[in-house]
Amino acid sequence: MTVLAFARIREVIGASSATLELPEGATAASLWRELAERHPELVPLESSTRLARNGALVERGAVLSDGDEIGVMPPFGGG
Amino acid sequence: MEGASAVGLPCDIVASPIELERLIAAVRTDACGAVVAFLGVVREFADDDRAVDGLSYEAYPEMALPELQAIAAEASQRFGEARVAVVHRTGALALGDASVAVAVASKHRAVAFDACEYVIDELKRRVPIWKKEHYRDGEASWRANAGGSPARA
Repeated sequence: MTVLAFARIREVIGASSATLELPEGATAASLWRELAERHPELVPLESSTRLARNGALVERGAVLSDGDEIGVMPPFGGG
Repeated sequence: MEGASAVGLPCDIVASPIELERLIAAVRTDACGAVVAFLGVVREFADDDRAVDGLSYEAYPEMALPELQAIAAEASQRFGEARVAVVHRTGALALGDASVAVAVASKHRAVAFDACEYVIDELKRRVPIWKKEHYRDGEASWRANAGGSPARA
């Protein structure tokens, strides 16, 4: 699946998008764990980060599919 | 990018300067006795009084635009069919540049003020856009809105 990273999270990851291969049945929470394992600076950001699947917010328990586009979003700052 | 609300009024995320006059011209009709416009502009000092050189904004457009359209539609429905236009700018902005504009026209002013406030409040809370402050001393930091990070969805 494709991970889209924004703002501070994009800077931590060092890219605005990345491709992740996760096992069948992987959840949004497992995607976050995978990202945080690769980029430990993400760990303290967990509670303020929201995830979106194909443009809609998802809970951490949501099971992801192969073609999903997952937005990894720090707190919003528009306006 | 689509750039229009469900009723065909401007609703967009743009990389170029915002033209408020164009929004006002789009929302007003002869049936409307009130037009309220809000402009968010880059100011010289941050909330902690640090001198600001400019801001940069980025968006998740595929999610931000539908959310902006939803907010415009909600405002129109909640506030007596107010006519709503809203545009947010992304990229690098200098002092004095407008980052966001909301224009609302309605029969009477109370509804237009309420709808305008609703749009900017909901935009700050719900639309995936991010702001980085660039300070005159060369440092920079991402700034979140109050309410911009509710408990995880």
